[in-house]
Amino acid sequence: MKLYELTIQSAHTLLKQKEISSQELTRAVLDRIHAVEKDVNAYITVADDLAMAQAELADKTISEGNISQLTGIPLAIKDLMCTKGLRTTCASKILENFVPPYNATVVEKLRNKGAVIVGKTNMDEFAMGSSNEHSGMKMTHNPWDLTRIPGGSSGGSAAAVAADMCIGSLGSDTGGSVRQPASHCSVVGMKPTYGRVSRFGLVAFASSLDQIGPLTKDVTDCAILMNAISGYDSRDSTSVPEDVPDYTASLTDGLEGVTIGIPKEYYAVGGLDPDVSGSVKNAIGKIEDMGAKCVDISLPHTEYAVAAYYVIAPSEASSNLARYDGVRYGFRDKDRSDLMEMYRNTRSEGFGPEVQRRIIIGTYCLSAGYYDAYYGKASQVRTLIMEDFKKAFENCDAILSPVTPSPAFPVGENIDDPLTMYLSDIFTLSANLAGIPGISVPCGFSSKGLPIGLQIMGRHFNEEMLLKIAYNFEQATDFHKKKPVLQ
Amino acid sequence: MEFESVIGLEVHAQLKTRTKIFCNCSTAFGAPPNTHTCPVCLGMPGVLPVLNKKVVEYAIRMAIATNCTIARESRFARKNYFYPDLPKGYQISQYELPIAEFGYIDIEQNGNKKRIGITRIHIEEDAGKLTHDPNRPVSMVDFNRTGVPLIEIVSEPDIRSPEEAGAYLRHLHSVVRYLDICDGNMEEGSFRCDANVSVMLKGSETFGTRAELKNLNSFKHVEKAIYFETERQKDIVLDGGEVIQETRLWDPAKSVTTSIRTKEDAHDYRYFPDPDLLPLVVDDDWVDRVKATLPELPDARMKRFVREFSLPPYDAGVLTSSREIADYFEDCLKVFPEPKQVSNWVMGSLLGLLNAEGKSIEDSPIPAHDLGALLKLMDEDVINGRMAKTVFEKMAQTGKTPKTIIKEDGLVQVTDASAIEAIVSEVLARSPKEIEDYKNGKTRVIGFFVGQVMKATKGKANPKIVNEILKDKLSC
Repeated sequence: MKLYELTIQSAHTLLKQKEISSQELTRAVLDRIHAVEKDVNAYITVADDLAMAQAELADKTISEGNISQLTGIPLAIKDLMCTKGLRTTCASKILENFVPPYNATVVEKLRNKGAVIVGKTNMDEFAMGSSNEHSGMKMTHNPWDLTRIPGGSSGGSAAAVAADMCIGSLGSDTGGSVRQPASHCSVVGMKPTYGRVSRFGLVAFASSLDQIGPLTKDVTDCAILMNAISGYDSRDSTSVPEDVPDYTASLTDGLEGVTIGIPKEYYAVGGLDPDVSGSVKNAIGKIEDMGAKCVDISLPHTEYAVAAYYVIAPSEASSNLARYDGVRYGFRDKDRSDLMEMYRNTRSEGFGPEVQRRIIIGTYCLSAGYYDAYYGKASQVRTLIMEDFKKAFENCDAILSPVTPSPAFPVGENIDDPLTMYLSDIFTLSANLAGIPGISVPCGFSSKGLPIGLQIMGRHFNEEMLLKIAYNFEQATDFHKKKPVLQ
Repeated sequence: MEFESVIGLEVHAQLKTRTKIFCNCSTAFGAPPNTHTCPVCLGMPGVLPVLNKKVVEYAIRMAIATNCTIARESRFARKNYFYPDLPKGYQISQYELPIAEFGYIDIEQNGNKKRIGITRIHIEEDAGKLTHDPNRPVSMVDFNRTGVPLIEIVSEPDIRSPEEAGAYLRHLHSVVRYLDICDGNMEEGSFRCDANVSVMLKGSETFGTRAELKNLNSFKHVEKAIYFETERQKDIVLDGGEVIQETRLWDPAKSVTTSIRTKEDAHDYRYFPDPDLLPLVVDDDWVDRVKATLPELPDARMKRFVREFSLPPYDAGVLTSSREIADYFEDCLKVFPEPKQVSNWVMGSLLGLLNAEGKSIEDSPIPAHDLGALLKLMDEDVINGRMAKTVFEKMAQTGKTPKTIIKEDGLVQVTDASAIEAIVSEVLARSPKEIEDYKNGKTRVIGFFVGQVMKATKGKANPKIVNEILKDKLSC
């Protein structure tokens, strides 16, 4: 086995036993990145020197007998999270040369545990997109089929994990941006409960929906990273002072007594690929076989979720992205004769078309005279969706569904059709609207050999349940062991 | 045609918390540009606001002092607009659910009491400051002020004249100073006022179209600008024209208002609840705790001064117009407990002196206990009233205590009757004509004799004794 193929857990064991050093491991991962990056294009910035220096420090720590589960483990960070001294672009021309003077809380937490940051991964610009085609920097390819999209917006993080270009990574999920690329790349991706993980230093797309989550090679690694990044942060008022359990502790508990809800509305969605529905049905069967009980549930307001989401998220985004005005940092257009022109040119040149589209939608939705009909109404729908889940969880412990209606599509297929792209978020964005946790775990491959993921959603702050179900399923299947073939 | 003005004021008071509203940067005024900044108040990518609890406490103080209903749950909202002094592209403020509403204050003018409604008080952050290079097409921005906490106090359109507006504003100013939540400095902009002004025919029920006046940075300018604006609007109506809704800037140099923005160019601020901040919950317990720490407010103190010190309401009003004057007065009383006499000296001599020098009472060269001591010395006949005036002036010039000045200048009053009698005899001996006049019924001449005696004693003779001896001698 190649070093870069290790999981966090297996690498940790070898580091602890001093079979390998972090420098060897990090070197192997960096070499792997340089070998396959031209095909995958997962990284915006590869921090070779910084990573090797951090690895050296990790080795010193380990030699002193201090080792955490993340000490010396090479991880990748979505380029939406601030890294002190390391360029953070949000895949946008407007922040192309932005170097933050501070670390995001999650980055600080990983660094405090001795993790090595190998680089910053590609994404849709400001996390707006489901394919990475909207990156202002480059196009990441799906390691399973380089002609296809890796998913998005955390496409770089998912592709990097799938292609062994890091041991694990962090993404962020506003409407499915961790779970959907995880599904498309056959890795594990979790969106924690809103408030579970600090958003400080995560560049905001839609503040009430954004949540950072891990992308990993298996469920155990997901639990390890969840342990590291979760918890209240006084710098984020929306983070919740709720105790953080040891997420690895309950993985091996069985599924007896667990009730699974199957939302009928999710399986009535038009355009659901038969390979996807087949794989998910098989997965549900498997989970039932392991002792879980399945019940039919209803999430009656599902059909309004996409519309509500695409009002709320762009509205918040239109305000969150107002700060990129060329005044203090980032790109400023040189061609300007007055203030308005500086704003106009800077933002027209600096932002890509999808970001501009969403700023325009959001600005419109918040405008005087339209607020009640759009933002106000969408907020009401959001409450109804929360109620749907609350009711559903009275009768079940977790909800199983597909992650996306179809496997990864070819690059360019939907680029001129934003509506189809938005509609493909149907299964994931309800969890963001309701603030509940969700996980995507590999559950099969299409007839074309493309990965398919299973989504498990749970109650607020009940990530343990999701991890337990995912772990049991993973142990009973081999999907996570399959690797994409890269030349 | 007789008109009536309809005026509502929006007052911004900078709260004197040590740190900013959403980060730990200092709020101190006057530091070199951009030295009191951090990623949070600079609006860097990914940063988040964390509310300073002290700001809420100060807002609660103001809400209690202005008889407002305090919201159990209020919300922060984003006010979106682009300007280089606004780093996030939005100002965090409160919109639909402010912290306090439905309050009032009572003002008094020429003995007439009037209640002015307070529509709402809300919390928000201040913006930065732009300066424009006069020689190059370059503007510079200083973010030190960005994120300094403000409360905005919005009045009902209950005000009917420039003078009433002034009285309302002075009262609010006095309240924030009493509460110790704002330094009230209008020149530095820590207490700012915008005015909404319209005119209507007297007795009408419908308000006219209003103009919003900006740049009113002193009490005088507020009154003058409102006066100008109401006259301008009246003229328009009288000429058969129509007042348009606009924002107008007061030009203190020319004493006119000029249009800067009409309704068509008005911003659409696209307010929505700030998702980065939780709803602000203020429970009864918190309100009670703040209430317990509240100082005595101007109205209550004025009533107490009338009741406890038997002062005329006018005196009590002047003395309680600022917390510092009232404190000064009460400190004087500790040394010399004669309220009316102290009041006369504070209102007359001291405030007169300070006004003439453009100073506030905190900068008074005469500390309260020294003024008290001076009055006590006068009461004990150590010096007379005339000497007291002289000593007072010397105290103001030198900052020395009255005792020191009296000692240095040998200003002890002459109360020795035999010494005074000798001088009186001398004066009478050289004034036969005046004695004649006096005996012929011109009793006013007594003033001449007193003056002569005082002159001879360099003002040190006890006037009471002088009078007694004079009357005694002249009657025989």
